Amino acid sequence: MNEILLAAAGLIVLAVAVGLARIFRGDDAGRLMAIQLLGTGGIAALLLIAYATSVPGVEDVALGLALLAAFATIAFVNLIDADQGDAEA
Amino acid sequence: MSALPYIDVGLALLVVAVGIWTVAARDLFAAVIGYVAYGLLLAFVWIRLYAPDVALTEAAVGGGVTGVLLITAGKRLGAVKNVAPEAQPGLPLRLLAGILAVLVASALGAAILTLPDPPPSLAPEAALAADGAGAGLGNPITAVLMSYRSFDTMLEKIVLILAVVGVWSVGADEAWGGAPAPLRQSRPYAPMVFLAQMLAPVGVLVGIHIFWTGANAPGGAFQGGALLAAMWMVTMMARLTEPPRIDARWLRLALVAGPAVFLVIGLAGAVIAGSFFAYPHSLAKPIILFIEAFMLVSIAAALPMLVAGPPSGRSDQ
Amino acid sequence: MITLLDLLSIGAIGAGTFFFFAGTVGLLRFPDSLTRLHALTKADNLGLGLVVLGLIPHAESALAAFKLIVIWALVLLSGASAAQLIGRALRRDRK
Repeated sequence: MNEILLAAAGLIVLAVAVGLARIFRGDDAGRLMAIQLLGTGGIAALLLIAYATSVPGVEDVALGLALLAAFATIAFVNLIDADQGDAEA
Repeated sequence: MSALPYIDVGLALLVVAVGIWTVAARDLFAAVIGYVAYGLLLAFVWIRLYAPDVALTEAAVGGGVTGVLLITAGKRLGAVKNVAPEAQPGLPLRLLAGILAVLVASALGAAILTLPDPPPSLAPEAALAADGAGAGLGNPITAVLMSYRSFDTMLEKIVLILAVVGVWSVGADEAWGGAPAPLRQSRPYAPMVFLAQMLAPVGVLVGIHIFWTGANAPGGAFQGGALLAAMWMVTMMARLTEPPRIDARWLRLALVAGPAVFLVIGLAGAVIAGSFFAYPHSLAKPIILFIEAFMLVSIAAALPMLVAGPPSGRSDQ
Repeated sequence: MITLLDLLSIGAIGAGTFFFFAGTVGLLRFPDSLTRLHALTKADNLGLGLVVLGLIPHAESALAAFKLIVIWALVLLSGASAAQLIGRALRRDRK
């Protein structure tokens, strides 16, 4: 069972890494997508690894990650808006 | 047939790769995202090292709050896109910096690879001392932070206050006492407001839960405080609330509450329990939670103030 | 000696991993930023949901299982909102 969890975690990390490599080359909005990808994939892989290796209390870490990914996205969107001088609101 | 060593090696390579990418990034935005990714990968590493408390702190502070702090500071400096060519350091300086970095890294690597087995560590002594102080906490990390090394923890919070004062002092003299500029200039639009309204209550609950559960499980005041800080910043960024005036009494009280309560109890310990920062045996856990509650408030107040920045002196504040 | 619950777990986690890969394939192959955004936010959220579903039987307590569900709900909420915000930033980029 643990092996399968670890294998899934490894695959997800791989998928995230490949996705990141593609997005990073892009523009500002691509960077925002990178945060989303890191957040979602990171939470999945984190949960899998922690369950496979019996680390306690990982749900709190994942909760914190979810909240912070949203927080970081809002902050970076604000930055992009400020940069582009927002014409409309 | 264990996949674990492969995952560990893969993680290590990924960490190094993201680190290199962050250093080599062309503009500030890319570098900060690299830094946030690096923080997330480090959180993985901490989980692999069986340190969920550190993983939580890494994700909260290293990933979220520091990333936003960096990007906001960079925006203020106007350096978001590119640094002007004449301001960049010359080749000799960069070469020297590179050589120094390699030397430090090699020294660290050599030290770690030549550690005796088992490596010397303060951990057993710390665990013993924390238990002996009658802490009665189920989480040894909280016991060490709040009992064995309580003085250090209090000083850390004072450092936070000093940082906030430093940030405030950067503002113009005439602006002193006013409020920092809003975290977002224009009216935000519906999805952002909706997200903030949904996120903030959940985040506050989670933050308080993580603080409370830190006595017996991974968590603690610092991680909970960082989450609460992030939620306050979310409401400010969606313009549901505005940054407060820096001379507001409640703000200043909130900032100093944590270290002040800590210090008072530490001094009282000299009288009641026999030595500076000692707790009476039977009351240790309630006292620790009491102190941590105030520290939670201080951290939740200090971190957003660091991001909000100096008072802006706009006349419509 | 794999129980039925374990089998369901493996199935859910496997499906979740598949969707993560589908999301990344979408990221690589879709022609246009907006469609890539779609692949990212929809497929990855579903993948996370399936992984969470597969892990719930292994949670160490009812509270932990509840937290897992809250994590998924949070990610769904923030993912959907973030997709709107990013989409707007993308639309602006084209002007």
